[in-house]
Amino acid sequence: MTSHSQTGLSRRRLVQLAAGAGVAGMLPLARPAIAQAKPIKVGLLLPYSGTYAQLGEAITRAMELYVKQNGGAVAGRAVTFVKLDDESEPPKAPELTTKLVQGEKVDVLVGTVHSGVAMAMSKIAREDGLPTLIPNAGADQLTRSLCAKNIFRTSFGNGQVGLATGRSMLEAGIKKAVSFTWKYAAGDESVGGFRESFVAGGGQVVKDITVPFPSVEFQSALAEIASLKPDAVYSFFAGGGALKFIKDYAAAGLNKSIPLWGAGFLTDGVEQAAGSAGDGVKTVLHYADDLDNPENKAFRAAFEAAYKTPADVYAVQGWDTMQLLALGLNAVGGDVAKRDALFGAMSKASFKSPRGPFRLSAANNPIQNFYLRELKGGKNVLVKTVATDFADPGTGCRLAS
Amino acid sequence: MELILIQVLNGLQYGLLIFLAASGLTLVFGIMGIINLSHGSFYMLGAYLALTLTSIVGDIFIALALGIPLAFAFGAAVEWLFIRHLYARDHLQQVLLTFGLILIFNELQRILWGTRPHSVPIPPYLSGSVRLSDVLSYPVYRIAVAAICVLLALAMMFVIQKTRVGRMIRAGESNREMVEALGIDSRLLFRFVFAAGVSLAAAAGIIAAPIESVYPGIGERVLIISFVVVVIGGIGSIKGAFVGALLIGLADAFGKVFLPEFASVVVYALMAAVLVARPGGLFGRV
Repeated sequence: MTSHSQTGLSRRRLVQLAAGAGVAGMLPLARPAIAQAKPIKVGLLLPYSGTYAQLGEAITRAMELYVKQNGGAVAGRAVTFVKLDDESEPPKAPELTTKLVQGEKVDVLVGTVHSGVAMAMSKIAREDGLPTLIPNAGADQLTRSLCAKNIFRTSFGNGQVGLATGRSMLEAGIKKAVSFTWKYAAGDESVGGFRESFVAGGGQVVKDITVPFPSVEFQSALAEIASLKPDAVYSFFAGGGALKFIKDYAAAGLNKSIPLWGAGFLTDGVEQAAGSAGDGVKTVLHYADDLDNPENKAFRAAFEAAYKTPADVYAVQGWDTMQLLALGLNAVGGDVAKRDALFGAMSKASFKSPRGPFRLSAANNPIQNFYLRELKGGKNVLVKTVATDFADPGTGCRLAS
Repeated sequence: MELILIQVLNGLQYGLLIFLAASGLTLVFGIMGIINLSHGSFYMLGAYLALTLTSIVGDIFIALALGIPLAFAFGAAVEWLFIRHLYARDHLQQVLLTFGLILIFNELQRILWGTRPHSVPIPPYLSGSVRLSDVLSYPVYRIAVAAICVLLALAMMFVIQKTRVGRMIRAGESNREMVEALGIDSRLLFRFVFAAGVSLAAAAGIIAAPIESVYPGIGERVLIISFVVVVIGGIGSIKGAFVGALLIGLADAFGKVFLPEFASVVVYALMAAVLVARPGGLFGRV
């Protein structure tokens, strides 16, 4: 059971224009040729309650920040957001998506965090053909067999992160590994990606250990890991479960003899709470807080100034969702009806993200750098870049490159 | 062999922890006849109390000493506001109201503490660990929690079997009118039982917090497993809850290692098997 906060659509609607309109009013010569009265309506299908609420909030805030920084408008048109809480419940996704697409008649659809919800949402989006951006959900299929010309992902594929991590572990001299994750789709895909690159490079996966999702009783698995004595553990957990796992792993003394590795979600958002128990945990992700590039510094400063809380990888993904959309809209002069031209411009987009260079693969999944980070004293410290311009294979996608 | 011994230890320790969470539920369910779906929320309340109180007083056991009376008062207030209107009504309405309480408590939790996972410190004098094998250690705090659970189980059995309050509770359970005819205020008695149930859930949440970490939705998992314990042990039986929880702990620990494909159903298969053999639960009255 998750919390079911009732989301009256009209109550959730936020007209973001107040500040933007004021600025625009002071610029009398603002692009008269493409001045269009109707704002662009962006539908946000994101979790605003339950376990993933924090992620939905970070994505939304970064998107709003982008619009605010651009005077409330993109490509000369004002932007309004229509927010709908998806509650991370896949069974509700078709109805909620239809509500945004048919009921609210949004011009652009953005969603979501939970892969199951994103799968259901993308099915409707594919049929409707409206511009759709996925700011987090990592289900491999979304940009593999189920890819579509109108669906763009600005985050990652689960397998993609696993592939990069496997490579990085080999580089660190690890030969024998045990994988450990929740038994559910995202965990399977993540371990699948890890196994693929790790085994291809001569590594050996001794055993795949799983616990039922979302169980956090890890003691049995820890005993098994201890008896197998691998060189390292590859793990995929997130949120509260990740925090408990990191602490249990240290409490069992395993952190001293068997290094803990994982996809970056293991540590993001729980760095501080993990404290000294997290020291030495190595993770690979397409972002690191302390990346030394001007875009990252500017973004983090602006985000922290606006919301009094540090930006995270989810905020970066929300930010890039707006960057990608703005790039497409600028190419068509803000006319969302010119879909083919819009999709063409978006799929060829290339820009500087806080995470480093960003462009899209033929399957509309990011080609991006991956970074090795190490947790030290409650902070994720960048160790090095382990893969540059790293693409997901996009297996099964039939979009022409 | 070594793995089996370690799993026995893991199973017993996990079982004792869920006993503590389930004991309050079996009291409220068995004695008052109330199906309390919000029991997990009181566990969550305990976990977040541990977070807040340890940040003020530092030590988890001082937090426990402060948290139990707070939870007791909170439980009495909830009983007075909501639960007492349910005694004469059927189970469906109880389920509806207590489900509504879950939603309210979850939202309050989000407003008061936010959605980030938090960590609660283990007191330094219990932060060591015992070496089990060449690479595996066992945290001392987990052993301490297991010991506390055993003590609490003994104390509860003593109160219910040997004391005057215990006799009143048992009498109220079997015949409410007769107890009232004897001059005992059953409304007060039920308020006491409900508040005690809330305190037990919160106590479990508090002492488990340093092990479990604290995050939204922490109570929901506990709620489901607690109902399984109550059903296996027999409704209202503390002894049953104790044995049932240990069985579940062991089944879970061994299921994960020897039947990994079926790990998520082992516990429920055990429940089904018990229900076939003894429909009233191991220590229940049919």
